[in-house]
Amino acid sequence: MRRLALSDEILLSIDKPARYIGNEVNAVDKSASPELGKMIRFCMCFPDVYEIGMSHLGIQILYDMFNKREDVWCERVYSPWPDLDKVMREKKIPLFALESQEPVRSFDFLGITIQYEMCYTNILQILDLSGIALHAEDRGEEDPIVIGGGPCTYNPEPIAEFFDLFYIGEGEVAYDELFDLYQEKKRTGMSRRDFLLRASRIEGIYVPQFYRASYHEDGTLASFGPTEEGVPAKVRKRIVMDFNEVSYPDAPIVPYLQATQDRVVLEIQRGCIRGCRFCQAGMIYRPLREKNVERLKRQAEVMLKNTGYDEISLSSLSSSDYSELNELLTFLIRICNDKGINISLPSLRIDAFSLDVMSKVQDVKKSSLTFAAEAGSQRMRDVINKGITEEDILGGALEAFRGGWNKVKLYFMLGLPGEKEEDVRDIAHLCEKVAECYYDNIPKEERTGKVSITASSSFFVPKPFTPFQWARMDREQEFLDKAHMVKDEVRSMLNQKSIRYTYHDAYISVLEGVFARGDRRVAQAIEKAYRKGAVFDAWTEYFDEERWQESFRECGIDPYFYTARERDTSELLPWDFLDCQVSRDFLIREWKRAKEGAVTPNCRQRCSGCGCRVYNGGVCYESQD
Amino acid sequence: MRVRIKFSKTGCLKFIGHLDVMRFFQKAIRRAELPVSLSEGYSPHMLMSFAAPLGVGKTSSGEYFDLDLKEEIPEEEILERLNAQMVPGMHAESCVRIGITKAEKCMTLVNAADYTVSFRKGSVMLPDPKQLQEKLNSFLSAPSVIVLRKTKRSEAETDILPWIYEMNVTELDDRTLADHPQGTDAERTAFHMLLSAGSVSNLKPELVMNAFSEFAGFDLSALSLLIHRNDIYTNIGTAENRELVPLDRVSRIQMDRT
Ligand code: SF4
Ligand code: SF4
Repeated sequence: MRRLALSDEILLSIDKPARYIGNEVNAVDKSASPELGKMIRFCMCFPDVYEIGMSHLGIQILYDMFNKREDVWCERVYSPWPDLDKVMREKKIPLFALESQEPVRSFDFLGITIQYEMCYTNILQILDLSGIALHAEDRGEEDPIVIGGGPCTYNPEPIAEFFDLFYIGEGEVAYDELFDLYQEKKRTGMSRRDFLLRASRIEGIYVPQFYRASYHEDGTLASFGPTEEGVPAKVRKRIVMDFNEVSYPDAPIVPYLQATQDRVVLEIQRGCIRGCRFCQAGMIYRPLREKNVERLKRQAEVMLKNTGYDEISLSSLSSSDYSELNELLTFLIRICNDKGINISLPSLRIDAFSLDVMSKVQDVKKSSLTFAAEAGSQRMRDVINKGITEEDILGGALEAFRGGWNKVKLYFMLGLPGEKEEDVRDIAHLCEKVAECYYDNIPKEERTGKVSITASSSFFVPKPFTPFQWARMDREQEFLDKAHMVKDEVRSMLNQKSIRYTYHDAYISVLEGVFARGDRRVAQAIEKAYRKGAVFDAWTEYFDEERWQESFRECGIDPYFYTARERDTSELLPWDFLDCQVSRDFLIREWKRAKEGAVTPNCRQRCSGCGCRVYNGGVCYESQD
Repeated sequence: MRVRIKFSKTGCLKFIGHLDVMRFFQKAIRRAELPVSLSEGYSPHMLMSFAAPLGVGKTSSGEYFDLDLKEEIPEEEILERLNAQMVPGMHAESCVRIGITKAEKCMTLVNAADYTVSFRKGSVMLPDPKQLQEKLNSFLSAPSVIVLRKTKRSEAETDILPWIYEMNVTELDDRTLADHPQGTDAERTAFHMLLSAGSVSNLKPELVMNAFSEFAGFDLSALSLLIHRNDIYTNIGTAENRELVPLDRVSRIQMDRT
C-alpha cells in the first residue's frame, strides 16, 4: 500500500487532510516505471492552498504536457495551510510532493507558478519547508533548480534572488529545450552553474544571478545588464503560435475536495483584442489567438467524459470576442442539457445574444449579471480605453431586466490616472441610473422584487507592460477618501436602498503596487516580513499590515517610492530588460493618448502597431474591417 | 431501475470525508457513462442516496448507496463499468437490483453496523487477552453503561448497553496485520462489535471503546483507534428477535420469502 509522508496522527489532527494525500483521479503515478531512475523529476507548485491551486488551468496544462514526455515525471505541491505548517516546523518534516510523497528537495526542478503578488511570502514558505536555501546563490549542486513562471514574472525583480531561473512567456513552448539540456547535464555531470549559463541562452529564460543592477542617488535604476559573457541583455518572451496544435489535457486531475474551480475548463482563446490601458493580461498575452471550434467541441466532450464533472466553463479574457461563440455554445447546450451538465459563462458582454444564451443555461431568478464598467464616467472610461459606454451598460441592463434578471454586479476601479472628483462620484450615479432603469421600465406587476445592485471598487495598481506603467498610484488614504466619497454619494441617491457598495483593502493594494513595479531591493523586505511570520497574505485573516510596514522601515525602503511616483518615460524601469514584443513606443503612445482621453480601436477594428505582428499569426493576420 | 452499490473504502481514502465521497461517486458514475436518472430543475442532480456516513479516519468494506438508472443494464455490467473508474482504495463490491419504494431506501433500512476496532501499533498498553475478555464480560453484564452522548443539538446521558448487540475480543490474522485496511501497523489484539445504527439509535464504536477503556482501566487516545466498518445491516426480524442481514442481501431474502 502507498505510504504517505505524513503520519495518520498528523493527518487526523489537521483541517482537510485530503489536501495532502494525492491519489486523485487522473493524477499521474510513474513510481512503478523501470525508467524512474532516468527520469527528470519535476515538482510543480502553486503557492497557495490546495483548493485554489488545483483550480489553476496553467498547471493542469503543463502537468499533462510534461508527463507526456517519457523521461519526465511531473508532480505537484501546494502551500501547506498554517495548521500543517506549524506541525511540519515543529517536527522538522520536509515538504513533499503529492504523487510520490517524496521530499521536494530531492527533485530536479521546483517550478512555481506566480499568479498574483500577494503569494510572494508563500513562495518563501515553500522553499523554507522544503529545506531549500531561500537565495539562489546559496543553493548547492544537490538542490532542485527553482523556476518561476506566470504573469508576475513580467517584473520578476522583487523576487529575483529567490529563483534560479524564470521562464518568461507561455509555458507550452520552451520547456522541451530546458529538459533536453537537463538530460545533458545528468549525462555529462555538468555543474549547476554551467547548466544555468547554458539555460540563460534559451530564448525566454532569465537567470537573475547573471545580471547586475546599479542605482542613481535618487533611487532610480541607473543600469541593468548581464555580468557574464553570452548571457543575453534582453530576454524575449515565448508564446504559442500554433494554438490549434498546442497540448491540452484530455484528462485533467479531479480533486476529491471541492476546488474553487470545480468544473471542466475549456480554453477557447488566448489574448485579448481590446487593449484596456490598465490591463496587463490584455498586453502580455497579445496577440489574440483563437482555437478552432471543431477542436474545442472534441476537447469539451473528451474532458467531460474523462473527469465526470457536471459543469463546464469557457475560459478566456473576453469570451464574447470569440468568433465562433454561437456555434460552440449551440453545441455545448446540445450535449450538456440532457446529461444535466451546467454551462458557466464568465466574461461575456451583456447583450441580446449573451442574455439569450444565459437564459438557456442558468436560472434567471438566481443568477446575477456582471458589468465590468471599471469607471463611473465616460471621460474616465475613455482614458482607460474601456470600450464600453453608458448606453451599452444601461441597454444591457434593460434587456436583462426585461428577461427577468434583477441582480446586477458592477465592477469599478478607483485611483485611475487623471481621475477627478466627478469621476469618482459618477460611480454612484451610474449605479443609480441602473436602478432607475429597472423601476422606470419594468411595470410593477412584472417585477420580481427589488432590483439589487452590488457595486465594488478595487484600487488601481499600475502594472508593467501596460501604458500605465509610468503612472502614479494613490496612497491608501487617497483610496479610502475616494471610496468614502462614493459611499456618501450612493447614500444620497434616490434608490440607495437597492445599491450595495463595497471596496477592497487599501493597504494590500499598495503592497501589490510595490511588488508589481519594485526592483531587486524590495526582496529584503519580503524576506523580512516572512521571517516575522507573514504567509498567506492573500487571505485577510492572515494579512498583517503592521508587519509589512515594520519590514519596510527596518529595511530602509520607502514603499511609496515605488507606488506614489509618476515615472518619466525616459526612466530605466526594472523590467525593461524583458522584451514582451508590445513595443515601448506603442506603450508611450498609449500613455499619451490616455492623457488626452483618446480612444484606441481594438485589434479587429484597426491594428495599432503594438509590435506583435512579428509573431506571424493570431488576430494581427485576420482581415480587419 | 434502482440498484444498490456496496463499496469499500480503505487506505489513504480514509482521509476523504463523506461529502467528498459522494462527489467522487457522482463523477465516477458520469465517467462510467451509466444512464442515470436526473432530478428536474436548473441544476439537475443524480438520484442517489447513501446509507450511513463514515467519519474521516475510518475505513470500511461495507458502504452502500442506491442509484436510479433510466435504462435497464445488467448488474454485473454496472459493477464492471464503475470499477473501471475507481482509484486505489475505493472499490465497488457488489451491485444488486432493489425495489423503488421509500421503505426500501438504504438510509431507512440501516439498523446495525459491525466494526473491527484495532489499535495503532505501540499506541496503547492493553491488558493481556484473557484479562481483557474477563473485563469485557463484566462490562457487558453491568446493569447499564451510561455515557455522555453528543448529538448535533444536545448532550445527553444515555445508557448505551442495549445498543451493543455483540462485542468480543479477537485477534487479527497475519494477513490483516500485514495489509491492514487502514494502511498502518496495528496491534494483534482487537475488538469486534456489532452496534445499533441508523437515525434513531446510532452508536459510534469509539464511544464504546472509550467507555470500556475507562471501565477496564487502560489509557486510550482518540488516535490509537483504527476503526474499520465491516458491514451495515437491516433487521428483518423483530425488536426482540433480531435477524440482521447486510443491506445488499435484503431484496434477495425478501424475494425468497414472497
Ligand atoms: S477586455 Fe480589457 S480588461 Fe478585459 S482582458 Fe481585454 S484588455 Fe483586459
Ligand atoms: S500588432 Fe496590431 S493587431 Fe496585432 S496585437 Fe498588436 S495592435 Fe493588435
